[in-house]
Amino acid sequence: MAKIKYIEHNGKEHVVDVKPGMSVMEGAVKNLIPGIDADCGGACACATCHVYVDQAWTGKIEPMQEMEKTMLDFAEAVESNSRLSCQIKVTEALDGFVVRMPKSQH
Amino acid sequence: MSDSVVIVGAGQAASQLVASLRTEGYAGTITVVGDEPYIPYQRPPLSKAFLAGDLARERLFIKPEEFYAEAKCHLVLNTRAVAIDRARKVVKLTDDLELNYTTLVLATGSRVRNLPLPGGDLPGCFYLRGIADVEHLQNRIAPGASLVIIGAGYIGLEVAAVAVKRGLKVTVLEALPRVMARAACAEVSAFYLETHRKAGVDIRLNTKLEAIEKNGDALMVRTSEGPLPADTVLIGVGIVPNVELAVVAGLKVDNGIVVDQFGRTDDPAIYAIGDCASLPNTYAPGGRVRLECVQNAIDQAKHTAATICGKPKPYNEVPWFWSDQYDLKLQIAGLHSGGGQLVLRGNPADRSFAVFHLEDGVIVAVEAVNAAPEYMMGRRLIAARARVAPDRLADKAVPMKDMA
Repeated sequence: MAKIKYIEHNGKEHVVDVKPGMSVMEGAVKNLIPGIDADCGGACACATCHVYVDQAWTGKIEPMQEMEKTMLDFAEAVESNSRLSCQIKVTEALDGFVVRMPKSQH
Repeated sequence: MSDSVVIVGAGQAASQLVASLRTEGYAGTITVVGDEPYIPYQRPPLSKAFLAGDLARERLFIKPEEFYAEAKCHLVLNTRAVAIDRARKVVKLTDDLELNYTTLVLATGSRVRNLPLPGGDLPGCFYLRGIADVEHLQNRIAPGASLVIIGAGYIGLEVAAVAVKRGLKVTVLEALPRVMARAACAEVSAFYLETHRKAGVDIRLNTKLEAIEKNGDALMVRTSEGPLPADTVLIGVGIVPNVELAVVAGLKVDNGIVVDQFGRTDDPAIYAIGDCASLPNTYAPGGRVRLECVQNAIDQAKHTAATICGKPKPYNEVPWFWSDQYDLKLQIAGLHSGGGQLVLRGNPADRSFAVFHLEDGVIVAVEAVNAAPEYMMGRRLIAARARVAPDRLADKAVPMKDMA
């Protein structure tokens, strides 16, 4: 299990255990954490699971594939640490991972 | 008696409606009636990652079971709604159960279209719509086995991609002269035909079926081009909306259950959302459409939830769809009449390209293959009913972001 902290746009924090193999998006959805819509269910087709990765972690996760990069290009309020959470796979190494949610996914 | 919403159907639209009703502040009781044994789950992965064994069953569920408990939503599974008594505002279920409603939402979805073919119901012939279908099919997906797929639509081709990768001998039979004829333009069809053939799938176009017969322990598919032995036959010839409940209740039905832009049927207490609904959409040729996609199920549910909560919100979104085959992501947005001007951007040989549909100079749809910028920007341009000169749209030197 990896402990992941999700911080809503209003500052509310949720710390949950997520099973390795799941995505960071699934960790939020399965634990009823608001702020990630994930309309397409993780197919990298909708860009509604946008998150900001905590600066301490940006270099420690797998880099973006081309599809994710270009989908993000067209999301709202994108920053240098933006990712689509359906494309971040949870591993034991992600224990302590922190993401923040944008104001809106649409 | 307290206010209550009864949702018939337990798919993507139902799940979203429960979530959105509570977000919008709905305080009454919510009941979801579903005829499968499962809580709402995603169907798109069924013919892709779930069939391939890359996605565990638990990951199909849209929300965990606790979500419904927390939302105080009563799930009545393994149960069908059999009739609506509109005068008494009651839904009758199998087992003679009755549910009272203040508001009834029909989210009955769709079912596979049956192929009227002699032998089409023999053991070894399968359809694919639910978890149970895939679990039966998975037992037959063994390397070396022969699989004949009837229909070269999304389902048929997605299954073909999974099966040929698994080492099956895969043949796809299509009555029309091209693959994905309903969803894609000729250029995209041709690209997918070639991709599947290169991967080893035997695709036979313009092929008429005569019958399926028993052939020892296996099957024999009789076609206009001769017989074809098969261990397993998968039939994927489209879906039909589940409108029978609405028809019997006397609601207006025309292809789907007819609703307005708020999801309301001609009975003010009854709504219809998702695959089963025929809705007005200014992006659709003719102004009315029935959609078979996740986007519509989710967005229509959100709008209908707001309306039920007294905050009517007209629904008029650009629909979008996707299909995963091999390493290719096909993303489609918008609707078109089929008669517009086609603009190709990029080169299919690069395995990344898009085709835009323009009608009277306005971008109305885009089909993008491994081309996310074209798809994402295309969605915005379609929503804005933008006009972009075809030569500019086709020019890869002009970034999609600059097309607005």
